[in-house]
Amino acid sequence: MVDRAVLAIIGYLSQAGAVAAAEVQKLRHDPSELLTRAIQPAIWLVLFGEVMAQVRGLSAGNTRYLDFLAPGILAQSVLFAAIFYGIAAIWERDLGVLHRYMVSPAPRSALVLGKAVSSTIRGLSQAVVVYLLAFSLGITLDFGLLHLLAVALLIALGSGLFSTFSLIIACIVRTRERFMGIGQVLTMPIFFASNAIYPITIMPPWVRAIALANPLTYEVDALRALMLAGGASRFGLGLDAFILLAVFAALVAIATRMYPRMTM
Amino acid sequence: MPLALSPQVSPVGGMPLPQNRANDAMCLIDTEELTKAFDGQIAVDHVNLRVWAQEIFGLIGPNGAGKSTLIKMLTTLLPPTEGEARVAGCDIRREAPQVRARIGYVPQLLSADGALTGYENLMLSARLYRIPVREQRQRIQEALELTQLTSVAHRAAQHYSGGMLRRLEIAQNTLHRPALLIMDEPTVGLDPVGRDTIWEHVRELRARHGMTILLTTHAMDEADALCDRVGILHSGRLEKVGAPSALKAELGPDATLDDVFVSVAGHDIDQPGNYRDVRLTRRSARGHG
Repeated sequence: MVDRAVLAIIGYLSQAGAVAAAEVQKLRHDPSELLTRAIQPAIWLVLFGEVMAQVRGLSAGNTRYLDFLAPGILAQSVLFAAIFYGIAAIWERDLGVLHRYMVSPAPRSALVLGKAVSSTIRGLSQAVVVYLLAFSLGITLDFGLLHLLAVALLIALGSGLFSTFSLIIACIVRTRERFMGIGQVLTMPIFFASNAIYPITIMPPWVRAIALANPLTYEVDALRALMLAGGASRFGLGLDAFILLAVFAALVAIATRMYPRMTM
Repeated sequence: MPLALSPQVSPVGGMPLPQNRANDAMCLIDTEELTKAFDGQIAVDHVNLRVWAQEIFGLIGPNGAGKSTLIKMLTTLLPPTEGEARVAGCDIRREAPQVRARIGYVPQLLSADGALTGYENLMLSARLYRIPVREQRQRIQEALELTQLTSVAHRAAQHYSGGMLRRLEIAQNTLHRPALLIMDEPTVGLDPVGRDTIWEHVRELRARHGMTILLTTHAMDEADALCDRVGILHSGRLEKVGAPSALKAELGPDATLDDVFVSVAGHDIDQPGNYRDVRLTRRSARGHG
């Protein structure tokens, strides 16, 4: 009985892993996407960050604004890389590749998880870029092994969360044209109604309410505690992790129901 | 050779129900009044279809006849509005994962991932179908040899010709040795040489692995040359089922399968479908070079 359960779990993980491995292989064949994506965080940190650092009151407490900004830009890069994942799903549906996944015996949740895991590869590559940039800008990073591992897990969780959210949107809008429009509309509020580039304390109450309901806020909060030397979490790392995990689990459950409808 | 279990010609729903489980085991597709409607428009209309073990069965019909919708239901991609179906011995509603584990499906659209190599595409299938790790490499090598793709196995599939892509797709969907292989317009967009190669490959799959094959086509010569039996689908209804030779003999000594279709449908099979059908067909043909 136990053996069968273990085999079932291994089989499930292997199927999810197969989906993720295919995405990694594609990136290996053509890594140009990773290089072009590196430009965006560089612009935000070097141009936006250096200018906005001159504005008083934008960072929290005694933290330098660039130090405050770096975790926010890392979370933003992960968000921007993940949020357009849905368009790839629509593309796969239009080509016919999605049918191949849907007629396989792999559980739908394994397919959704596989896609989510594959998005973490892009997210982690963004983390490497932001760390290099931040280091070169003199930002005081924490290179402790445990902290680096925790940051990697957070990036994985954030990537999985936002790519699964994107998959759900793709299941609803169903065409690339509609997705492009709605993708832009969704990304901006998620980014600006969060603590990524300014502290939550300076927000008017209604924006603060949105920010508190926004998972990106908790990802940035945890990243500030783990990425920066002497960094601290406003909400507590436990609450940050709990909210991110709970939202991710809920999104996977929703996507598992909606994903098969794309081939109908 | 296909099993001679079915009558040569049968009208709609005219095949008798099997009387014992031995017959059930030999019936790879068994639908009863299977129906699909979209917003009240009936796409598949109370279809009763039996496909027997090791048969090559062709569903003939023009674009918009309901072939792809019927196949989507049989492959569990689309829930039926009405009726029942058992595929490879399992109920398509209640045992969908079991159905998917027992069948292979080559859709009309491109299902090989062009950004992956042929080998990687096959490995992806091997893992999705949970082929034991120790057997994966051997099965992939065999599939590559059978489809004559060994020399291009490590080239990205986007650089394959239309015929090579189709062979790769068949290989990736038969790696797990399904009891039933379903192919939606497998030769659309291929040149005559590519088409012949696919025909040969389909026959080889049956001879080597005893697979049952259901394919859709609107090419009458293909149905005539390849299929043991065909079913004529028109406006969602399965109008006639039988061996091509028997269907033709019903009309006269010089009758063709085209004549049979005209006698059933009242028009030629090449009558175009709606905008969406034409768009899909052309896109698929372009995708296959």
